[in-house]
Amino acid sequence: MPQLQHEPTAEEIAKNRLYLKMGLKENEYERIIEVLGRKPNYTETGLFAVMWSEHCSYKTSKPVLKRFPTSGPRVLQGPGEGAGIVDIGDHQAVVFKIESHNHPSAIEPYQGAATGVGGIIRDVFSMGARPIALLNSLRFGPLTSSRARYLFEEVVSGIAGYGNCIGIPTVGGEVAFDASYEGNPLVNAMCVGLINHEDIQKGQASGIGNTVMYVGAATGRDGIHGATFASEELTEASDEKRPAVQVGDPFMEKLLLEATLEAIKSDAIVGIQDMGAAGLASSSSEMASKAGVGIEMNLDLVPQREAGMTPYEMMLSESQERMLLVVKKGREAEIQEIFRKWDLYAAACGRVIEEKVLRLLHHGTVAAEVPVDALVKDAPVYHMPSQEPAQYRAWQEQEAWRPEITNYKEILLNLLKDPTIASKEWVYNQYDYMVQTNTVVSPGSDAAVVRIRGTQKALAMTTDGNAKYLKLDPEAGGKIAVCEAARNIICSGGEPLAVTDNLNFGNPEKPDVFWQIEKAADGISAACRTLETPVISGNVSLYNETNGQAIDPTPVIGMVGLIENVHHITTVSVKAPGDLIYVIGRAKGEFGGSALQRLLTGDVFGRPPQIDLELEKKREKQLLSAIKAGIIQSAHDISEGGLAVAVAESLFNTKLGASLTISGDNVSELFDETQSRFIVTVKKEDAERLTTMVEDAYPIGFVTDGPRLTIQTEDGIIIDDEVSFYENAWKGAIPCLMTAN
Amino acid sequence: MKTAVIVFPGSNCDRDMYEAIQCGLGVEVEYVWHAETSLAGFDAIMIPGGFSYGDYLRTGAIARFSNIMPAIVQAANEGKPVLGVCNGFQILLEAGLLPGALIRNKNLKFMCRTVDLEVVNPHTMFSSLYEKGEVIHLPIAHGEGNYYCDEATLAKLHAENRIVFNYQNNPNGSVADIAGIINEKGNVLGMMPHPERAVDALLGNVSGLRLFQSILKHWRDSVATVTA
Repeated sequence: MPQLQHEPTAEEIAKNRLYLKMGLKENEYERIIEVLGRKPNYTETGLFAVMWSEHCSYKTSKPVLKRFPTSGPRVLQGPGEGAGIVDIGDHQAVVFKIESHNHPSAIEPYQGAATGVGGIIRDVFSMGARPIALLNSLRFGPLTSSRARYLFEEVVSGIAGYGNCIGIPTVGGEVAFDASYEGNPLVNAMCVGLINHEDIQKGQASGIGNTVMYVGAATGRDGIHGATFASEELTEASDEKRPAVQVGDPFMEKLLLEATLEAIKSDAIVGIQDMGAAGLASSSSEMASKAGVGIEMNLDLVPQREAGMTPYEMMLSESQERMLLVVKKGREAEIQEIFRKWDLYAAACGRVIEEKVLRLLHHGTVAAEVPVDALVKDAPVYHMPSQEPAQYRAWQEQEAWRPEITNYKEILLNLLKDPTIASKEWVYNQYDYMVQTNTVVSPGSDAAVVRIRGTQKALAMTTDGNAKYLKLDPEAGGKIAVCEAARNIICSGGEPLAVTDNLNFGNPEKPDVFWQIEKAADGISAACRTLETPVISGNVSLYNETNGQAIDPTPVIGMVGLIENVHHITTVSVKAPGDLIYVIGRAKGEFGGSALQRLLTGDVFGRPPQIDLELEKKREKQLLSAIKAGIIQSAHDISEGGLAVAVAESLFNTKLGASLTISGDNVSELFDETQSRFIVTVKKEDAERLTTMVEDAYPIGFVTDGPRLTIQTEDGIIIDDEVSFYENAWKGAIPCLMTAN
Repeated sequence: MKTAVIVFPGSNCDRDMYEAIQCGLGVEVEYVWHAETSLAGFDAIMIPGGFSYGDYLRTGAIARFSNIMPAIVQAANEGKPVLGVCNGFQILLEAGLLPGALIRNKNLKFMCRTVDLEVVNPHTMFSSLYEKGEVIHLPIAHGEGNYYCDEATLAKLHAENRIVFNYQNNPNGSVADIAGIINEKGNVLGMMPHPERAVDALLGNVSGLRLFQSILKHWRDSVATVTA
């Protein structure tokens, strides 16, 4: 048996300031001494370090998160549990959450991404829901970099490896490429689950004397201090933290999923929490703190993968595929029997106690004893200084940039080849997006659509976020991120229900970064209030910096919408020759942060598109009512690349073409990114109904039988090509970059 | 026709298969847990896709030793229809009920998409409702669907008309574009494409339904023969 390594004593920790290495600050360490009335031992120091990390405590983001609207008539569970829950009628509810795994993915991309998926799935089934879909939102450096290609390839493989094996379809997502993510990729994973109201579980340890059970895989030494690692900047030394990245086993999680959902059907379970970040430490202390009780655990009873593990290692391990249950006293055997059927551990290792402490026993001694509220509720909260950067003011006051274009064909081609806009088939063809046989609209449309068996309903879901707008103006960009997600839901025939958000930013201790966080949160909050889509769950990922350089502010919005009847399901693709093409909303000539600006100047600057939330809401409602009335053949929002890209995308994979006639300023009409706009097609006979139901809809052309895209302007024909000319470029862009080197 | 859907730890298309049989085909269907030892009373056996035992060691290699396998072999010997899809195909190969092996896709990546298949042999209990040479579309979703067998086996498969489905644009590198084969007796079909994912018009594809209807037709005809 390996020797127990020597652990520093409480005195040594103080003297050598070892707490700093664990991520605790001087004042935080002093506060721990104050709370305990003594110096913490090694295990206790570790518990505080992980529980007070940004990742677990949200100590710097909490004041910002309070700004979000989190309630609504349909919200059954807001932020604070494993995932949020929204009522969808018929005693059913949808459960969802998004979470980041950025830092692990930066140094060990396959496992980092895989365990990110595993973690978010557990969050959803720990609520009692069956996971029905996965989505993701990914950011990498430009694919011309070999490091970016490696990260991209491995992250996609990791997501595929986990989701495919566990049998949950990966139905949607987004991928963008930009130099700001070169050293710090973003990997955000979202899971959506379905639940009956009566099955909803909570992560609470109520009932003094009830039994704490450990279920799932055994605990090893992997992922120790993962939460701390996630709460600091990446540096060249970060590669040494590779052991802090966990290793996933989707097969094990599949067993845990089925066993847990089976166990929930018995009424023996009082509370469940996933062992995610900070593993046993967070699940036990959070469940106890939420219920106003304590937990005493005998660590000798915790299933262990390796011999000689210390309490410190067991409590901080982030080994995957584990859950903590609180079970009614006397009902342990039932639970054990269910888990045994699935060949899983179910160890009764502790009990709920009245005294509000987390007490850990090990080899007959008390290895740690800490008030649970000190770890959870009383974690420090920081109100960071915030300062508007001079650059922002300069951009705001900059005169609007007016691009000049002579070769429209080349511009459209190059926009479609931009990897951020190009087809993501290379990505989603590696994901099993069909398993569970409910996927009605596959990846590649505005939102994915998953039907709900046994009903006429379906769910539309999407992830969105354009960091370029946020870079220029985080408040406007925050609003736009929510609105774009909502537009994608609307275009699929759904009514937006609620939002889960993933706030990816740089180091919040820098006043200009904190300003971005605040402004983005204000923008998101304003849009969520107007669109009546409360934030029901989410995640914060800060310190996304490499060697002092922050990423662009990148909040990602995950949104789920309810499609009342599967007949309302609408896709981006045009349907039949002769159908009329309408654009909803006029172009205003807004190019700040646009794909065109990036293409022509290699940079973004100026003011991003402005957004009128009331107008947005009105248009969305009008379009949705037209969709429900059955007159909309296809619908697509106008986003990156503008109208020309939107029309081209709606032709791809259809073998049809379009003939457009544009009047006004060609460049603005075709490429500007004015908000709250859509492209729709209708049958000729429905044209009048469209214009009565939807304001600001004006005709720009029709769908043609021949697969050709023709654009006529006051200056003559500026585009007249086979659709395949554009489609091949759009489809080939990413595979080409991935095989070129 | 009472149908069994075998469930191994790690099966993940078991529910899809169940739904396809129940809602698509409309016959009686039950899950059978891998720890069971008997399939008495079942008229047809479905081995669904997924990652049985996490695909540890080799796809299908561990499932082949599970308690239910002797009963599956017995059902095959009795001439009952046995359908293995995706991981089910891999298990049938490991169990020796079909010849050859499935190795990693040629591009070494998992692939999920709908592919074109040619119905090579419509004269089987699984394909009688298709036309010879008909092109149908079925989804594939696999990392290890690259069918391999030696030349002698391939010659035998051809000679005995045991190739049921071929890929039109070979996606994974399979020998002779093979997507699905049957055993010598013609009652065990293994295939990588997923017919159970193509039985519902709402999902845009019903190409797989006729495969299940073919099995049902065969069963009805044989029951009719027995009782006549």
